[in-house]
Amino acid sequence: MPAFLEMLSITKSFPGVRALDGVTFDLKKGEIHALVGENGAGKSTLMKVLGGVYPHPEYGGELVIEGQQRRFNGVRDAENAGIAVIYQELSLIKEMTVGENIFLGREPSKWGVIRWEELYRRAQQLLDSLNLDIDVHTPIRNLGIGQQQLVEIAKALSQDAGILVLDEPTAALTDTEVKTLFGILNQLRAKGVGMIYISHKLGEVFQISDRITVLRDGKTVGTNPTTEWNEASVIARMVGREVGDIFPTVDHEHGEVVFEVENMSVQDPDVPGKKLVEKVSFSVRRGEVLGIAGLMGAGRSDLLMAIFGAHAGSRTGVVKIAGKPVHISAPADAIKHGIGFVTEDRKRFGLVLDQTILSNMTLAGLRRISGRFITSVDAEAAAGERAMKDLRVKANSVFTIAGTLSGGNQQKVVLAKWLLTNPRVLFLDEPTRGIDVGAKQEIYAQINALAKTGLAIVLVSSELPEVLGLSDRIIVLHEGRMTGEFTRATATPEGVMACATGHAARAA
Amino acid sequence: MSQQTHDPISEGPPVSSDLAVSTEEAETPQTRLGRFKIPTETLRAYTMLFALIAIWVYFHYSTDQIFLDPRNFSNLMRQTAVTGVLAVGMLMVIITGQIDLSVGSLVGLAGGIAAIAQGWLGWGLVPSLAAGIGVGVAVGSFQGALTAYVNIPAFIVTLGGLLAWNGVILGLSRGETIPLRLQSFKLIGQGYVGPIVGWVIAVIAVAAIILMTVSRNRARRSHGIGAASLRSTLLRVLVPSAVIIGFVYMMNSYELAPGVAAGIPNPVIIFLAIALAGAFLTQNTTFGRYLYAIGGNPDAARLSGINIRRHILAVFCIMGALTGVASIIYTARVGSASPDAGKLLELDAIAACVIGGTSLMGGRGTVFGAVLGALIMASLDNGMSLENVKPYLQYIIKGAILVTAVGLDMVGRKRS
Repeated sequence: MPAFLEMLSITKSFPGVRALDGVTFDLKKGEIHALVGENGAGKSTLMKVLGGVYPHPEYGGELVIEGQQRRFNGVRDAENAGIAVIYQELSLIKEMTVGENIFLGREPSKWGVIRWEELYRRAQQLLDSLNLDIDVHTPIRNLGIGQQQLVEIAKALSQDAGILVLDEPTAALTDTEVKTLFGILNQLRAKGVGMIYISHKLGEVFQISDRITVLRDGKTVGTNPTTEWNEASVIARMVGREVGDIFPTVDHEHGEVVFEVENMSVQDPDVPGKKLVEKVSFSVRRGEVLGIAGLMGAGRSDLLMAIFGAHAGSRTGVVKIAGKPVHISAPADAIKHGIGFVTEDRKRFGLVLDQTILSNMTLAGLRRISGRFITSVDAEAAAGERAMKDLRVKANSVFTIAGTLSGGNQQKVVLAKWLLTNPRVLFLDEPTRGIDVGAKQEIYAQINALAKTGLAIVLVSSELPEVLGLSDRIIVLHEGRMTGEFTRATATPEGVMACATGHAARAA
Repeated sequence: MSQQTHDPISEGPPVSSDLAVSTEEAETPQTRLGRFKIPTETLRAYTMLFALIAIWVYFHYSTDQIFLDPRNFSNLMRQTAVTGVLAVGMLMVIITGQIDLSVGSLVGLAGGIAAIAQGWLGWGLVPSLAAGIGVGVAVGSFQGALTAYVNIPAFIVTLGGLLAWNGVILGLSRGETIPLRLQSFKLIGQGYVGPIVGWVIAVIAVAAIILMTVSRNRARRSHGIGAASLRSTLLRVLVPSAVIIGFVYMMNSYELAPGVAAGIPNPVIIFLAIALAGAFLTQNTTFGRYLYAIGGNPDAARLSGINIRRHILAVFCIMGALTGVASIIYTARVGSASPDAGKLLELDAIAACVIGGTSLMGGRGTVFGAVLGALIMASLDNGMSLENVKPYLQYIIKGAILVTAVGLDMVGRKRS
């Protein structure tokens, strides 16, 4: 059967990063084609090209659908061509009913007046045809995440999509809901719909897909029928790259244990009864780098946020500093006890973009640096300038506005902010996301240098080579639980990835 | 006058502008004006100054030179005081990303309580003033607590307050206008400090400006930014000094009777003191810095260990206290408290902040700008009244100017 959709040598660059580097991908009618790869391998970017999020001249390469070359000017174009993308973050409007959401923007109407009866009748027919037991009059907010996901799929189908893209569709589903979903997917396959299935859960991928393509670093590294793959060969392809070179192997000297977490569990604030993190325990020594590996949504950031007193969900467990249990109910407590937290997503959580480098650097440690109430520009500027020199922030002066800096320099400002609180333990959550290779290496060197001074470091990163290259010890999380622990000597990319995808017994 | 409020080490627009010009050509947002490139922030501050001067010149000539004669100028300053005091508080509220719509009604309530205390209850001056300000603080704290700890949006809490506090004073006063019995109370709004005090203030202010400029230059050298040039140092000392001396001279040339110079009106002294304190609080304290951080990025502020709720509560508390002070000035100036006093003053205060470059999204704005904004609003009121512009037209013009000012600002921001 000829390919229904072909994506030929697709390239896409972001400032400083080449996200897609000549990816070729095709899809047949009535096929489920799984797309797998590490975080940052380019899966989502590829789907955004397909879905028209990046309109034509922003990417390179060709899109061919049913033998015709297509160039989308936007999401609407892609939708009209029969492409429906269901993103991980749901795009339903919570206050509207199921029916309203399904027909949003395409409401059956006459003279601009919505024909509600027809709308709900057609919506109900659609759900019935999918064997979904959902009332179309229910507001979306009353549905569980799993059911919302199914409604999203129904919505995509109501647009007569010939190509359906599912990005981690089972991330929030229960086992029963997964079964329902797979039932629907099989039904659609029989009807000739082509589906692209992105998932980190290899078990499900093998269960549902006809073919598997592995992406790595923005390139296609293998496309084969599912029957010709096995989990080990997929994982090998996902991680198959040289770890080395850019990571100076430094053996840190470890002192006594300064930081311990015992049986930390975190409740999901949005879904009652769901745990984001379950009974995780670990400890870090002075001068040690502990890596926390895991895939997106494994609960790594939730774990750090909860320890730091900044998680919206309730939390149980004990945090000990230098052997003594401490009570942390807000970030201020954590800072007082010597914990620093370079959070992920620096623009959202790390920086006040409108303010100067100096204001940002001194924000967390302001009282320590500048005075309890009256601030001293002299004292602040002295501290800020020293930090700027130490971390090699490239800017004209400490009075440059933080929002005008490059990603790497912004990240250094956030790092400086936490170093200026004089921490004993430093959490780093995705410290090199979205910054160029040069800045990455500087941050790596900085992490090693900080460990050398006796700082205990907890490093969360989605980039496996980074975790492997920097950490003295690695723990792996999968769906909120610890599924593996490695030392620098025992850690292999395959071993860590197997734990992260939930397909290995506790190693080491 | 207002220019006093900028303190050379602060980050108020005219001050940081100099730093920006010399050090950050490449990285500070710039706006192109013909051949010149000017940092956008600086441009904004100067635009407002020029707008104010243009308004003054226009009214001066359109009113046969009445507008800027000492008598009217003194009046104008006195009229600015109430809006100005409220604008300083409102600025802090808006910087944190909040809003307070109840300010006008609260002026009526707090002023009414102070008047009731001295009139019907026969309290002395100090207890009466304390009662008025106390009511302001209590109401501010209450609204702040509802916003910060019960998570009711400030817009709703204070919209409720706008209605409720007006109702409370209507009930308490039984709809009556309560005259001020104490002469000392009236003096707060109607009196003057006399010419000598004015000159003493001028001398202190000029000395302070010189001292701060010197210490600032020293600080700049020690941080390797490079000292300001002699020309810019002189400008930095001479311009504000000239403004201060001119201001005091003007105030002193208003004669209450032939040969009796008035001096600076009491409300203006209170207003200047509050503006100075507000500028110091926002620019030179950890508290002020946290307010900007909370408004600029609440997530980053929270994760940096800042207790957001406590700061929001504090800001509403301060707003309440300043509303109390404004109500005292207002009541004293009018000489009586009517239940309708202060109505819609919150809109003047918000407009003053916004005209002065404050972002309603939070995180951006200065006391200096808010004071300028208050001066612009008061000048429009005063000038249009002198010109006998019909009240309906005054409202339309003020509304149009507010929207235009912000519109120009947005256009400028997009371009930069």
